[in-house]
Amino acid sequence: MKGKLSQALGFTILTLCALATLFFLGTIIFFITIRGWPALSWEFITQTPQQGMTAGGIAPAIVGTLYLTLAAVAVALPLGLACAIYLCEYSPKNLTVNLVRISINNLAGVPSVVYGLFGLAVFVKMFHFGVSILSGSLTLTLMVLPLIISATQEALLTVPQSLREASLALGATHWQTIRRVVLPAAFPGIFTGIILSIGRIAGETAPILFTAATFYMRGFPKSILSETLALPYHIYALMTEGTHPERQTVIAYGCALILLFLVLAISAVAIIIRHKQRSEVVA
Amino acid sequence: MSPEPKIKAVSVSFYYGPKKVLNNINLEIWGKSVTAIIGPSGCGKSTFIRLLNRMNDLVPHSKLEGNIFLEGKDINAAGTDVSEIRRKVGMVFQKPNPFPRSIIHNLSYGLEIRGIRDKEYIYRQIETALKKAALWEEVKNRLHENALHLSGGQQQRLCIARCLVVEPEVILFDEPCASLDPISTQRIEELITELKKDYTIVIVTHNMQQAARVSDYTAFFYLGELIEYGKTERIFTAPVDKRTEDYLSGKFG
Repeated sequence: MKGKLSQALGFTILTLCALATLFFLGTIIFFITIRGWPALSWEFITQTPQQGMTAGGIAPAIVGTLYLTLAAVAVALPLGLACAIYLCEYSPKNLTVNLVRISINNLAGVPSVVYGLFGLAVFVKMFHFGVSILSGSLTLTLMVLPLIISATQEALLTVPQSLREASLALGATHWQTIRRVVLPAAFPGIFTGIILSIGRIAGETAPILFTAATFYMRGFPKSILSETLALPYHIYALMTEGTHPERQTVIAYGCALILLFLVLAISAVAIIIRHKQRSEVVA
Repeated sequence: MSPEPKIKAVSVSFYYGPKKVLNNINLEIWGKSVTAIIGPSGCGKSTFIRLLNRMNDLVPHSKLEGNIFLEGKDINAAGTDVSEIRRKVGMVFQKPNPFPRSIIHNLSYGLEIRGIRDKEYIYRQIETALKKAALWEEVKNRLHENALHLSGGQQQRLCIARCLVVEPEVILFDEPCASLDPISTQRIEELITELKKDYTIVIVTHNMQQAARVSDYTAFFYLGELIEYGKTERIFTAPVDKRTEDYLSGKFG
């Protein structure tokens, strides 16, 4: 009797905790939607800002965020994949490799504003890339790299050793085994990791604060060396600078809603592609 | 009996780090016959057959002493193509391990990695292998289905077929029925008896009855040593060593 009671109590607490998570996400979405909805319109997402950022749209910020995120992932992806494959499948188990592993884990824990300062010192100043999409996306690359590496490593580790053995026992080389057996089996995990990383960096403010973002800008960035508007920084700027806080606040919530939507849309694309991949595997 | 053994292990010792797990094994395995390796858990029997296709190359901090000859050639000699050794010496594992892909992908894999693209040839090889593995009738209409949809016994026969596709000369079975039900086990045993007409078979098993049923020769391993080796009939009816007798009569194991 006592066992049953404590089981019921345990389940109830677990259920409530799980529901609490749902509640928090729901509240955030609800709150941002209520506040941001009035700002939304076709013009809001297709026009450039006007009248000192108090009217018009936020199209350049959307485009800027997409550029920064995609450029960062484009650089980080090949690097991260290669690094993770090396660490998991090839590297000897020695002290140096362990140090590399530890430093990757620690890189993931570096505060984002520190990355921002590093980007300012190295990409903006030392390499003379200036405050630009290039500097910003390289800074984001550094930030997203450990995430991609850890996600890929985890995915590779979930591939059973027995599959590697099956391939090798048929006379496949180590590289054939990795390319034809291990990577396809790890793909869903790797892909999810990449998408989650994209979601993380799309919303980052601190790394682009000194390296890429600007508040006052009329049009779209002209090249990879131009500075750019970006959604997260734009929200920050609208709430802290400018001359018409009451008009800017609505726009800020509109930006937040768009940013939220972008990140959720990216996740949705990930889920769809992963699902397709899985059903192909089964078919 | 051919005068030359198919596989010959000469003074083979093997270490995991400082631990010696095989001690001075000398064993001759004859062609077109079934050799069973029996012994209690941890006696080194799996370690031993994994030396025969160099699967232990993967084990870090391991060391091999002595030589293993396949048709007179040292398989660990410098310049030996390990892929070629593994093609000639196929392996079926304890747990069925099909790739989580289609049945046909599992079967064509061994040929594709050699750069063979001739679809008709690949298909012929697949059909032959599936027939030899007694799986053709069950899967001929569902070759594009995921291999994981098959039952455990079917998956193990698929793994056998996958190994046959690349035309090995020796097939190593590492406790192939450990995870199978009695009926699937019986089918695998029948298959092994059938396959020995064309292949040299080495089977590790912890199941003495299985060894007695399928094998022509039996080797008894204990604590990393080869205690006794001979015709299965003789080992089971008139063991020479006391430890073999004790093991076979169930006094330990």
